[in-house]
Amino acid sequence: MDKTTLDIWVGLFVAIGIAALMGLAMKVGNLTSNTLGDTYMVTANYENIGGLKPRAPVKSSGVVVGRIDNIKFDTKAYQAVVTLKIDKRYPFPKDTFANIYTSGLLGEQYISLEAGGDDQFLKEGDRISKTQDAVVLEKLISQFLYNKATEEPKK
Amino acid sequence: MNPIFKILSNLGDQVTSRIWRLGSAARLFLLTLMYSGESFKRIHLTIREIYFTGVMSFIIIVVSAFFVGMVLGLQGYYTLQKYGSSESIGVLVALALLRELGPVVTALLFAGRAGTAITAEIGLMKATEQLSAMEMMAVSPIARIIGPRFWAGVISMPILASIFSMVGVLGGYLVAVPIIGVDHGAFWSQMNVNVDFRFDVVNGLIKSFVFGVACTIIALYEGYDAPPTAEGVSRATTRTVVTSSLTVLGLDFILTSFMIAH
Repeated sequence: MDKTTLDIWVGLFVAIGIAALMGLAMKVGNLTSNTLGDTYMVTANYENIGGLKPRAPVKSSGVVVGRIDNIKFDTKAYQAVVTLKIDKRYPFPKDTFANIYTSGLLGEQYISLEAGGDDQFLKEGDRISKTQDAVVLEKLISQFLYNKATEEPKK
Repeated sequence: MNPIFKILSNLGDQVTSRIWRLGSAARLFLLTLMYSGESFKRIHLTIREIYFTGVMSFIIIVVSAFFVGMVLGLQGYYTLQKYGSSESIGVLVALALLRELGPVVTALLFAGRAGTAITAEIGLMKATEQLSAMEMMAVSPIARIIGPRFWAGVISMPILASIFSMVGVLGGYLVAVPIIGVDHGAFWSQMNVNVDFRFDVVNGLIKSFVFGVACTIIALYEGYDAPPTAEGVSRATTRTVVTSSLTVLGLDFILTSFMIAH
């Protein structure tokens, strides 16, 4: 086989390979849809984060506006410190609520931001003070049982 | 001799000869890397080998990827619909292919399709004393024969694995959407949300690159080391497939545990 035909075949092979990789990146993976542009970091403290994981989404009104960068444990306050990476395009007021919710009954947990009314915006390194912990199912059940037990029997 | 001594000395012989072979394979690997500058000077040799290892494996990769994807689609749907989440079929197919099946099955097929050819070719070159003749002419057989084949294998593997994953996803799509009737939008959007470029696509590529290095160097070493007889070459070819397959599966476990660890 002569040199040019060989080169054409190899070139075609490599081109198909690159096309497949692009397909995987764009169509199958989330290279286009989920990359955050410029971001700023804010932290939030929680008593209990439940099953929250790093890289979980940060949503506001259901729209993904950022991701969780990392989760640490603060031994001074005995609280979890969650660092949120939020897209610069979405500024949030200082008194924003950061609540941990679960998507669906068995789904992943995420942080939902609910904007407050402050005219100051959150900056890099700020702390969100208004947080609400994850709902732990066992706690709910035990509370319910406790309430039931203490209820006055109906006469 | 005492039978216990005999067993022990057998075991010792087995272990030392295995380690010896491992060492000389590592030496061949290092020599190949050292001479790769010289091999790249004649880039056309490498392109020629990419044709023989990569392009010629294209058909087998595409056909098997298509069937693997379709089977994943069927099996996945059957299990997922029991839990009422048949829309997740796209995620299942894509993750299974990108993380495991793409790199591993491609490497196994590659070892069978291209690895054996490399071993047989080099073994026969050695048996007909072509390699010694090259040395006599002051042409390094490592730079001229081993290097181009090595780089061709290393370049071809990630390309083949990407093609495998993409064709597999298309095969899964074909079964899930037109045949079974899963929603077209849900199939792609669920996949898109749950497949991460860095963690799934890039890790799969890293895997296939490592498998490419391992498979090619095993095939080259077995050929280079083969006894220069018809029987020796045939045995070396068999060993290539066995050793490459086991190495790929073992390496896959090690790489996966590193990737999952953090």
